[in-house]
Amino acid sequence: MSTTTVSKPARTAGSNDHSNRSAGRSAGMTIVVTGLLVIVALYFIVPVYWVLVAASKTSEDLFSTFGFWFAPNFALWENLTQVVTYDNGIFVRWFLNSVLYAGVGSLIATYLAAAGGYALAKYKFKGSNLIFGIILGGVLVPGTATALPLFLLFSQLGMANTYWSVLIPSLVSPFGLFLCRIYADATVDDALLEAARLDGASELRIFHTIGLNILTPALVTVFLFQLIGIWNNYFLPLVMLADSQLYPITLGLNNWLSQVDRLPEFYELTTGGVLLSTIPLVIAMVVLQRFWRGGLTEGAVK
Amino acid sequence: MSSTQPHARKLNAATRRAPWILLAPFLALFTLTFVLPILTAVGSSFTKVSRRGLFGEAGVTSGFAGFANYAQAIGDGNFIASIGRMLLFGIIQVPVMIVLATILALLLESASAKWPGLFRAAYFMPYGVPGVIATILWSFLYVPGLSPIVDVAGWVGLDLDFLGASSVLWSIANIVTWSYAGYNMLIIVAQLKAIPNELYEAARVDGASSFQIAWRIQIPLIVPALMLTTVFSIIGTLQLFAEPQVLSKVAPAIDSQFTPNLSAFTTAFAYNDYNVAAAQAVLIAVVAFVLSFVFLRFTNREDS
Repeated sequence: MSTTTVSKPARTAGSNDHSNRSAGRSAGMTIVVTGLLVIVALYFIVPVYWVLVAASKTSEDLFSTFGFWFAPNFALWENLTQVVTYDNGIFVRWFLNSVLYAGVGSLIATYLAAAGGYALAKYKFKGSNLIFGIILGGVLVPGTATALPLFLLFSQLGMANTYWSVLIPSLVSPFGLFLCRIYADATVDDALLEAARLDGASELRIFHTIGLNILTPALVTVFLFQLIGIWNNYFLPLVMLADSQLYPITLGLNNWLSQVDRLPEFYELTTGGVLLSTIPLVIAMVVLQRFWRGGLTEGAVK
Repeated sequence: MSSTQPHARKLNAATRRAPWILLAPFLALFTLTFVLPILTAVGSSFTKVSRRGLFGEAGVTSGFAGFANYAQAIGDGNFIASIGRMLLFGIIQVPVMIVLATILALLLESASAKWPGLFRAAYFMPYGVPGVIATILWSFLYVPGLSPIVDVAGWVGLDLDFLGASSVLWSIANIVTWSYAGYNMLIIVAQLKAIPNELYEAARVDGASSFQIAWRIQIPLIVPALMLTTVFSIIGTLQLFAEPQVLSKVAPAIDSQFTPNLSAFTTAFAYNDYNVAAAQAVLIAVVAFVLSFVFLRFTNREDS
């Protein structure tokens, strides 16, 4: 049996329902629970704090002073300047490459997943179940299992080691289509579509005006998933790309890290680079986590 | 159905075409990036390439290999050991992470937590840090001489070795837990929020304690989310690549066949044996499928 739990799209993200759940709330309990949460929070924050401290130190201080506190010689700006100017600003290029791969890839992937999911949910046609089944199988196929053969395929097409070799596989999100289909099934009203048809709107127009509009909460989730997925991807670009000018930031920083053995100044470059690439993500996560909800548990496996 | 009405019949052709137009771009790309590579992988896993001449200059011939590549992959003790290592890793790390995520979600959703939004953001934050960068971060906290953790432990007489042959697997487990616990927590929180308030009220009228509510109401109702996160974690464990590969730069204990994926990568790019690498990739996917399936079967039976 497969049951799907679909949360109402209009449900607000607020935490105002807490008052209803306050069984036996006491000051002591609050202190214990909050204390526990603080300790766990330290675990999640410490590595980021460490790199902030480390990026502010010179190479000598990095090894000679205590890692969890700043050295008297505050060299953060010098280090960061070095990071963005080293090798004609290759770091900035890596960063922009990542923005390109993740930004363009996730936008198009979201649109395609929405169109496909909507089509499978709102039209009954022969083979729709088979297609959905095959795509669902794609959700479970590990990305690393397709990367190797994809490289061989793209090599034959002459597309390996180009922007396209990383961008094209990023445009497909079977999980996104899966979420969109379930969400469209639950929220897009057939009567509304029928009314639009009566008004003479074309099928594509109905999807673009009504469908996309209603699907918006699910689209935000799919977009964020895909954005993070592409931004974090390492195996695919590692397999595809040889030219360091095309590297995303993950590959670039790993490239720097692999040189610290021979050239210790790469410690400063790596810590500074990690800091610069982590800060925007941390801010994005903190801001975006409230949107990370529509459709998350929809269609949970059971 | 609406198709019996006259206006609908007139539009039938357009309506019948519409889903295919909407699906076409996705299907084309899905075929190119999923179906074809998988078929290629399966195909080349059954193919044998032989080169004539000393450097293959006299031509290359390929033919059907039967299960020879699979036999070679399975006969490779290091590859099998890497799968065993991942099973050990998964048996410990996945439950630890899911339990941690569940406890955090329950605590955050309990009335006793102050500033739940702030904590939720802090726990979720590592998910946005790519595995490579998370590993670089933690590797600095593992390397003796650089790591303040090793320093502090040294003051109290503890000699920590995060990168030794016996401990490095668990150092990787820590990185993975750090990266994904908050993400799994958020999925569980989303499902907790879907529990209707009437259930809590009814339980409270019956005099249930917070612990009883968590154990008797919340946990049974978040089982689908727990299964989803567990299946994704199992698949993720078998795919483990970035963390060990990056960490191997500072940890000599991690060899080029430490995880199944690392093994396939090495076979393909260091030994240039794509056919055996394809067989390994297929085996990894099959093991992931089987484990997910067994897990779902097992838990479903327990349910009913």
